[in-house]
Amino acid sequence: MKRVLSTIIAVVLVLTTLVGCGGTPGKPAAGQNAKAKYALIVKSTGNPFMEKMAEGFKKAVEEVGGEVINKAPDQPTAEAQIQMIEELISQKVSAIAISANDPDALQPALKKAMDAGIKVLSLDSAVNKDSRIVHIQQADPEQIGRVLVQSAVEMIGGSGEISVLSATSQATNQNTWIEWMKKELEDSKYKDVKLVKVAYGDDLRDKSVSETEGLLKTYPDLKAIIAPTTVGIAAAGKVLTDKSLKDKVYLTGLGLPSEMSEYIESGVCPWMYLWNPIDLGYLAGYAADALAKGTITGKEGDKFTAGTLGEKSVSNADDGGTEIMLGAPFKFDADNIGEWKSVY
Amino acid sequence: MEHREIIAKKQFDLKAFFFQWEWILVLLLIIVNIINSSISPYYMDLKSLMDATMTFLDRAFIVLPIAFVMILGDIDVSVASIVALSSVVMAVSYNGGAPMPVAMIICLMVGTLCGLMNGMLIVKFKELPAAIITISTQIIYRGIAYIILEDQSSGNFPDWYQALGWGYVAGIPIMLLVFAVFAVLYGLLLHKTTFGRSVYAIGNNITASRFSGLKVDKIKVVVFTLAGFMSAVTALFLTSRMGSTRPNVATNYEIDAIAMVVLGGVSASGGRGRIIGTIISIFLVGLLRYGLGLVNVNAQIMLIVIGLLLVFAVMISNLQVKRSGLQYKNMKVQKAENEN
Repeated sequence: MKRVLSTIIAVVLVLTTLVGCGGTPGKPAAGQNAKAKYALIVKSTGNPFMEKMAEGFKKAVEEVGGEVINKAPDQPTAEAQIQMIEELISQKVSAIAISANDPDALQPALKKAMDAGIKVLSLDSAVNKDSRIVHIQQADPEQIGRVLVQSAVEMIGGSGEISVLSATSQATNQNTWIEWMKKELEDSKYKDVKLVKVAYGDDLRDKSVSETEGLLKTYPDLKAIIAPTTVGIAAAGKVLTDKSLKDKVYLTGLGLPSEMSEYIESGVCPWMYLWNPIDLGYLAGYAADALAKGTITGKEGDKFTAGTLGEKSVSNADDGGTEIMLGAPFKFDADNIGEWKSVY
Repeated sequence: MEHREIIAKKQFDLKAFFFQWEWILVLLLIIVNIINSSISPYYMDLKSLMDATMTFLDRAFIVLPIAFVMILGDIDVSVASIVALSSVVMAVSYNGGAPMPVAMIICLMVGTLCGLMNGMLIVKFKELPAAIITISTQIIYRGIAYIILEDQSSGNFPDWYQALGWGYVAGIPIMLLVFAVFAVLYGLLLHKTTFGRSVYAIGNNITASRFSGLKVDKIKVVVFTLAGFMSAVTALFLTSRMGSTRPNVATNYEIDAIAMVVLGGVSASGGRGRIIGTIISIFLVGLLRYGLGLVNVNAQIMLIVIGLLLVFAVMISNLQVKRSGLQYKNMKVQKAENEN
């Protein structure tokens, strides 16, 4: 019994010391309330695209003199994001920018945030129009969907089986692109091309790897994989390289140059597309600030200056809400990958 | 019976009373609150704290019956899948035209049925441990959910349904009130009824219990059915909070629930533990997570902190059992008695 007692006393002592340490930095934090807080919630940790986006967001917020809060759940689920939104409401932040794991499931939480006076915007993966003030659109979804199908068809020479390796089944952005891919495939010139399956790797590296292996096993005649997600395309590139399927199964999609340079140079992935995630986060940071300061209200036609990106304007989105467009998707191939791989 | 009561009375002393695991949990809870309020100026705010309880109480409903299951010496890892399946069936039947209250009843029925199925399988195939059976049903239930919704989400619930997960009555979250009612009910069931005493007896020595005329199979089926029912209750609240559902909701909820039960002082080998401990540990983990979230600690570090807390808890509770010879002797006496 004595030993139990002494253990407990020791533990309490250690913990109270910790409290003492924790208390000191806590106090000045309370006094710094004057600085506006801008929060970013990304889809999950360990996603390089999200990390680059967060980097851009941080840069913009620091330029406007705000404080950045960056949150990343350990699993790409809406449940985890709801919890983070609650924590941010308690911290009385000025704006929340979110890349959603589910377009509808966050609605009650985000509505609560907006009722508390917090400006809510989505970026990368949108929430529905009632859950946000404005969405930061990376590139025209129609263009992305169509261009990816055109690329894959060109790689396989006009006929054969293709498949899609997506992120989670609820990811708004990927689903919109896949819709456009299907619309593009309805064209009669693609009558020899068959989309056999849309697989979901959930933006988790191991699941994306096993889904790719599953696709290759189930469809031995598969000729191309379109992976409109940076985690998925890198995982697929690795699987195709390991199985030496270069020139047998082609890979294209949306990928980070730094992660994909190896596969683009080797020819496993002849070319791919992406926009600059740093710019995307940067634009979101400036939009958050403009909303918080009242420069824009998220209505169509609103204009503001987004740092080095220049003047940006709010336009109507397909879902009935509004959006701010970043630009067109950029093509990365063997010729230009060298100069981009060190950038992001 | 007489004899045992005398032993119990002899053993009561103040020191032993205060060295119970539950007191250590209370102490930890206090420490966590002190740390939280000193690291974040936003922590000590009643309204925010009330809001915070809603972020972790959804899974707390499963913790209560899981405590029963673990006191029985069994384990149920299928609960998260039952949450997903009952939530998905509710959404599909609502969108298929059923009125919301009917859909909610269907949800509860699906959960109860899944639990009943678990229980029946477990008593039918006695040679298989509950862990193996519930691992199988875990896959089956979630599989059915995937077949129904095919990786899509379903929602569009009426506005009033959202109040379940987000609403307040007299400043207290509806969820917290409902949880309090269930907590009291489960506490009474475990500690004040013959049913509860039978659960302990089975957990301590199943063979002896069977020979003493306890309806072991029936009790097991009831406990697993309760776990299914409470999973459906979790589904009701979780779906309300999310506004829509999909087949992969509540992933890892079974791990969370088991962890909280173990932290609450329930022995993994059965026969020991109390409801109050598990309730304190729900709040302990929930508030710790919320506090760390308020200072924006990153997700992996948060997992490590909670993992350390669990290791610490298991260490202390082992130490406690080893050290307190009285308790050990008492267990022996009880076991011997049961065997007779």
